[in-house]
Amino acid sequence: MPVIAPPPLPSEDKRWKIVNGTMRKNGFARHALIETLHTVQSSFGYLDDDSIRFVALSLHVPLSQAYGVATFYHYFTLKPPGKHTVTVCAGTACYIKGADKLIAAAEKRLCIKQGQTTPDGQVSLMVARCVGACSRAPVALCDGEVVGEVTQDQILEQLERWSAQ
Amino acid sequence: MTIEELEQIAKNVKQENEKYDYEINVCMDLACASQGADKLKDALVKAAEAGAKKVLVRRTGCMGPCSHGPLVRVDPEERLYRRVNASHAEAIVKSLGGAPVPELQCDLDEHFDKQVRVVLENAGYIDPEKIDDYIARDGYKALLIVLTEMTPSGVIHRITESGLRGRGGGGYPTGLKWGTVAKAAGDVKYVVCNGDEGDPGAFMDRSVMEGDPHRVIEGMAIAAYAVGASKGFIYVRAEYPVAVSRLTTALREARRHGLLGNNICNTPFNFDVEIRLGAGAFVCGEETALIASIEGRRGTPKPRPPYPASSGLWGKPTLINNVETYANIAPIVRNGGKWFFNMGSERSKGTKVFALTGKIANTGLVEVPMGIKLREIIEEIGGGVPGGHTFKAVQTGGPSGGCIPADMLDVGVSYDALLKMGSIMGSGGMIVMDDTSCMVNVARFFIEFCMTESCGKCIPCRAGTAQMFTLLTRICDGTGTMADLALLEDLCSTVKETSLCGLGQTAPNPVLSTLKYFRNEYIEHIVHKRCPAGVCQMEAVKSESEVVA
Repeated sequence: MPVIAPPPLPSEDKRWKIVNGTMRKNGFARHALIETLHTVQSSFGYLDDDSIRFVALSLHVPLSQAYGVATFYHYFTLKPPGKHTVTVCAGTACYIKGADKLIAAAEKRLCIKQGQTTPDGQVSLMVARCVGACSRAPVALCDGEVVGEVTQDQILEQLERWSAQ
Repeated sequence: MTIEELEQIAKNVKQENEKYDYEINVCMDLACASQGADKLKDALVKAAEAGAKKVLVRRTGCMGPCSHGPLVRVDPEERLYRRVNASHAEAIVKSLGGAPVPELQCDLDEHFDKQVRVVLENAGYIDPEKIDDYIARDGYKALLIVLTEMTPSGVIHRITESGLRGRGGGGYPTGLKWGTVAKAAGDVKYVVCNGDEGDPGAFMDRSVMEGDPHRVIEGMAIAAYAVGASKGFIYVRAEYPVAVSRLTTALREARRHGLLGNNICNTPFNFDVEIRLGAGAFVCGEETALIASIEGRRGTPKPRPPYPASSGLWGKPTLINNVETYANIAPIVRNGGKWFFNMGSERSKGTKVFALTGKIANTGLVEVPMGIKLREIIEEIGGGVPGGHTFKAVQTGGPSGGCIPADMLDVGVSYDALLKMGSIMGSGGMIVMDDTSCMVNVARFFIEFCMTESCGKCIPCRAGTAQMFTLLTRICDGTGTMADLALLEDLCSTVKETSLCGLGQTAPNPVLSTLKYFRNEYIEHIVHKRCPAGVCQMEAVKSESEVVA
């Protein structure tokens, strides 16, 4: 099989070197696709066409497979996240304890649906399938920080603080 | 590393610990951490330094009763304190050697008395990032015994003898699975740990990976020796970043101590483990989908046979077990198969960890011998339903399981008994529901989950769950008819019988079990347009009557 030279980095951005590092660590093997997309998402916040194309070319994976993987798994997002993210857990225990009401309240306050970001790019409202803190349900993550036994008021106050910034 | 060296490390740790008069163990698992356990630990360290007594403050994994967190245990007295915050630190340090701090005391004897800790035996006693702490509690002893004194077939015999069954849900006999992989032809074999705990409401695997990561690695290494593999993968959900970081640290430490790598313990046995991240797909808990995901593809399942035991990762024989299954291996090797076999019920041996959540006083992780009555778990260990409400159902097995009503609580918990009741053991989530939960709505919640998590490969699951969701939504908003109910039941059996993998085959269980035990609630919704629990809004009905008015 002829050796195909890896594609050049898409830009000068140093984060591409981190992405390349993950691929190198895995010997540019095809099975490193998901690992590499994780690195892209943790470095850039989301996956876009350029990054998916770059990773696919580097790992010799068909574009269809790379795009298929990027869209199959819920953890990957193709849209840039807001400056802040509130994630409400909607696992069973949280649901039984009223997570749906929390989501509805946040949707109403932000005037967006779950999975969306406010037009000013300030806040993203996400819903998680279960973060594993079921014993303190309902649970929300405010910029990654777990808040247990969260109330509607707590979430609204947090949103208020973010919008005041 | 030899047994003598291992014992020397254990001795050193014990000597080091004996320098201290007291040990203050702080639970830093997710639930307690979310209530400020890290600040509490800092405050305790500061207070201990200022005090006259020699005190060791240690971060530990989950102690169990999370609803009482943040939890602190003072040893050697084994005093458990609840709802501790940073401001209590000085009082706790001052009380050492005297009377306990009154406002923090908790009486959880009933909660702990009926529990038997095997998988969770180290939880609350070791610092998960210190391999020496694990070694001091007999860690890696089983691996070295296996490598120096036992043959691979001897190991498999011991696991078979123990009667251990897979803890991921299916309950397949572990020894039999190991034997099949060991017998499979081929030089290259793989060992995989399924840490894709997708079942919402279950978190014991997270807790084990975060609180006692070496135990999982030791179990995998023993399995690899038994089946003849030299490479392992731990597949962890990306939603569990702490578990990933603890496992990464643990793997590095194990390599440094020569417990992973080449020629482990001066034997020809080579083994190493890589971590693979999931990316949020429930179906990846299914073994063929998990394999696809490790190979970097979309997590869609394949028809079996061939089973992974003969053709798994990259077409090689592959052993896949759940986190909790691996966590049981080391104690079985150390204590013998008979020891394990003597715990539990007739066909379900050993103990099982359950994540007790929902409308119950003591939420958290409990480990009980198989065969214990559901009533004992819920009323005695769990402390019953709080707030003057009445118990309605307990949901086990997550989206693949079912709801068990109050009059069946005296049944002993086992794989077979739960299956007979229309539910499954699953990974061990146990969600208690009271009279404020609507069973139709709960069924709809699970079907929505399965609908969005269906990978779309086979039609019964992809289209069937979507249609079931439409029908259940209609019933919930008051526009459902008895014909819808009949169609729903019909669809349930079609999806169950004809889906490709476990996700689709078990997706109808929440509907079937609620129909079996709570049919009257469905009838109330359809005929009287009323939700007995007051959960469903019946908006469609209201707007219709408004139009008429």
